[in-house]
Amino acid sequence: MKYEMVVGLETHAELSTQSKIFCGCPTDFGGEPNTHCCPVCTGEPGSLPILNKKVLEYAIKAGLATHCAISRTTHMDRKNYVYPDLPKAYQISQFDEPICKQGYIELDSGKRIGITRIHIEEDAGKLVHDGGYTYVDYNRGGVPLIEIVSEPDIRSIDEAREYVEKLRLILRHIGVSDCKMQEGSMRCDVNISLRPFGKSEFGIRAEIKNMNSLSFMEKALAYEYERQADLLDSGEQVVQETRRYSESTGATESMRGKEDAQDYRYFREPDILQVDVSEAFIQRVKDSLPELPKDKQTRYTTQLELPFTEAALLVKYKNISDFFDAVIATGASAKNACNLIVGQIFRGFNTEEEKEQFSLSINAAQLAELIKLLDSGKINANIARLTLVKMLESGEGCMNFLTASDLASVDASEVERLCKEAVDNNPKAVADYLGGKEAALKALLGYVMRATRGKANAVEVENIIKNMIKAV
Amino acid sequence: MESKILSLGAKLRRGEITCTELTQQYLQAIQTEDPSVHAYVKVTSEQALQQAAAIDAAFMRGEELNPLAGIPMAIKDNMTIKGIETTCCSKILQGYKPTYHASVWEKLSKAGAVLLGKTNMDEFAMGSTCESSRFGPTYNPRNLSYVPGGSSGGSAAAVAANTAVYALGSDTGGSIRQPAGFCGIVGLKPTYGAVSRYGLIAYASSLDQIGPLTPTVKDAALVFDAIKGYDTKDHTSRKDIPATSVADKLNRSVKGKRLGVAKEYFEDLDSGMKDAVYQAIAHYESEGAQIVEVELPLLKHAVPVYYILACAEASSNLGRYDGIRYGFRAEKYTDINDMIMRTRSEGFGKEVQRRIMLGTYVLSSGYFDAYYKKAQLLRNQIISSFDTLFTKCDALVAPIAPRTAFPLNYASDNIIETYLSDIYTVPVNIAGLPAVSLPCGKDAKGLPIGMQLIGKQFDEETILNLAANFERSGRAGIEPLSKGVRL
Repeated sequence: MKYEMVVGLETHAELSTQSKIFCGCPTDFGGEPNTHCCPVCTGEPGSLPILNKKVLEYAIKAGLATHCAISRTTHMDRKNYVYPDLPKAYQISQFDEPICKQGYIELDSGKRIGITRIHIEEDAGKLVHDGGYTYVDYNRGGVPLIEIVSEPDIRSIDEAREYVEKLRLILRHIGVSDCKMQEGSMRCDVNISLRPFGKSEFGIRAEIKNMNSLSFMEKALAYEYERQADLLDSGEQVVQETRRYSESTGATESMRGKEDAQDYRYFREPDILQVDVSEAFIQRVKDSLPELPKDKQTRYTTQLELPFTEAALLVKYKNISDFFDAVIATGASAKNACNLIVGQIFRGFNTEEEKEQFSLSINAAQLAELIKLLDSGKINANIARLTLVKMLESGEGCMNFLTASDLASVDASEVERLCKEAVDNNPKAVADYLGGKEAALKALLGYVMRATRGKANAVEVENIIKNMIKAV
Repeated sequence: MESKILSLGAKLRRGEITCTELTQQYLQAIQTEDPSVHAYVKVTSEQALQQAAAIDAAFMRGEELNPLAGIPMAIKDNMTIKGIETTCCSKILQGYKPTYHASVWEKLSKAGAVLLGKTNMDEFAMGSTCESSRFGPTYNPRNLSYVPGGSSGGSAAAVAANTAVYALGSDTGGSIRQPAGFCGIVGLKPTYGAVSRYGLIAYASSLDQIGPLTPTVKDAALVFDAIKGYDTKDHTSRKDIPATSVADKLNRSVKGKRLGVAKEYFEDLDSGMKDAVYQAIAHYESEGAQIVEVELPLLKHAVPVYYILACAEASSNLGRYDGIRYGFRAEKYTDINDMIMRTRSEGFGKEVQRRIMLGTYVLSSGYFDAYYKKAQLLRNQIISSFDTLFTKCDALVAPIAPRTAFPLNYASDNIIETYLSDIYTVPVNIAGLPAVSLPCGKDAKGLPIGMQLIGKQFDEETILNLAANFERSGRAGIEPLSKGVRL
């Protein structure tokens, strides 16, 4: 590897506000074509945009969560270009006065990836090709977006992935976007250039548009690194251009060169007045911010003393950590909650989407009830696990499955008696054990555990048996 | 002069005439007069008679109705009315039927207004002669060899020809005031943000404003009262618009009012016009107003600033007419880009294309700073000049245009001169101020001379009071025409 990779990302995330950015239409995904539309969405002559204040609030939330400075005055601009999915022939966006500026996202290594700006804008509609015709669906038109522009601080594919994951996690945790790349509610444009290691000036970059999955982004970066490295090795120049990644060939291909770059003729949107953002408003938004993923992770490992890996797993999926927090809020122990959620519940979900969704048939209170029984020693871990499986299948509380004997504690003298019975009735196992076969003890232990239906403490039982054998 | 709206309203309320009869008279007058004036591009007889019948029924029930109830009126063809073809008199919007009402029409129809039809205009409100409409020109009812002015020429002509009691127009650079002046009627361009633009098909969004064209000052105030107010659908509409009626306060004395006169407004105009406005100033002095000399040296930059900003915004506003969703689409094309290009080349008239190109140019990278940005800076300077000026006076008096109405076909051969003739009207739009134009005399050919009174933001009351005072003096010498409905 002669060359260092220099990457900067432009990430679009759809905001999960109820209504669109410039009118009252719903932002729901799906829906029959052109049913979530009004004269504003379709750019009907004479219609005018109204700025949805929630959009500003969400963008400020995103800015605060990524350590950005928030502009005290902001305005919208028009980005003029012609495309059938853009019914006004301009996109209302922000050009020279974005709502958030100069923040960062910290990677696990402690390295900070700078955020140049976050601005708000409207999404375009969608073209649908069918039977030789092209149709336009404006349902998505006017759905609010934030564009998060990073500094060219990223130096590897891993950093690029971690940056996007961290960003996605933050946006989900603060509840401003669901960041579903597969539904297009989050997408990235990637700028990549190469330079020899040790050199400070940047090489010529190519932009790869519209990455809608992390694995495609990684593949595109890997391909592009090779392509640019080959060019540089052979003494050629990288051309500054916009490229697209083809999922079928796994290669990037040129879309348009620098000379075809569009002149967007940005100017201030005259239909929307300048917005003054008050200190009080920013403070209110700040106060409404939930715990950020990084702080949550720290709380889990230090305060709750969870292992790093388990804590990271819980934090990785907002719905899961929310569920976990709800469980321990009832007083259930964090350790047992973590074990059952990570060790048991998590196994039921195979795909990333399922984990993100985390749809469960039981609620936090139901799980907490079970954990509290475990915490107090009324049931053991084994019964807890078996009961949890039944609860998840049925959606019912643990008391519907726990029998009187599950809950009845085992008398110490009874354990003592059963141990003696096991030793007395299994002379061969005892002899084997004395002969050095450690595993022979398992048979004796198994006898006691079966007889107590697993309720005896296995460690204690093992000690008692060992002592008995020694005594003999 | 008596308010026509109030006098007709009184007749309706006394039962001297029904709204249906009144409406029929107007529809009849349109049939008789409009072939020679051509103020209308669409007559909505059926809807008008339906509305009239509803108003008659309401009067029969003894309901208290708005002063505008039952009064037949017209609307410029750039405001949307659900289901009624609205084209800005452009081929490119041919067949377009809006799916929603403009906010002004929501208000007026609730007030009981009777819509007679849509009036002619320069295509997309770009022009000052009403000759660039795809439906052909409107003729000045005072002399059919002259233009009615523009772009709200149809609205002005309909009111002057008594084929509508009043009409709505829009004023981006003088498009209400100048045709009102050319036709010898009253036109009010309200403060920017006082009347909702929702449903006004945009020419230049930061300059456009809807207002009334009326026979009298009182009528202008009545219509303004009915259409003004904050609208949640227009982000540029203002919450601080005075809610109280202006029409109720038109009898105030002008004594002690400080009336500003800026010499720059009197440098390049016909002497007959200058004399007429000076006589109006003398009248105010005799009424006890204090005449104050003020300055507006930036006036000479107003026209270029206006054309740069207006065309820039227009180039963006008119980008949406691509033949995809509504209106005209070229018949033959090879692909989507070709379709859009042909549609726009065939659908827009010459003047519109000229302004789109100008606007695209001034916004282009490399030229933006030299044109658009500089114009924006000058705009701010013009705004502060007015702010300073209004610390010294309560209103400004100025002519409407350097000359009276153009002869027909004059403008197309004298494009630059026509642009330059906007000099007295555009500063008001640049600064977002209110101004009312009214007749103050006539020239040797008998054509009306108009003057305007310019006020501080949201001070329509002062300028309408000044206008009403002059109107009462009868010094303009402009009588209503004897054509059309005379009631």
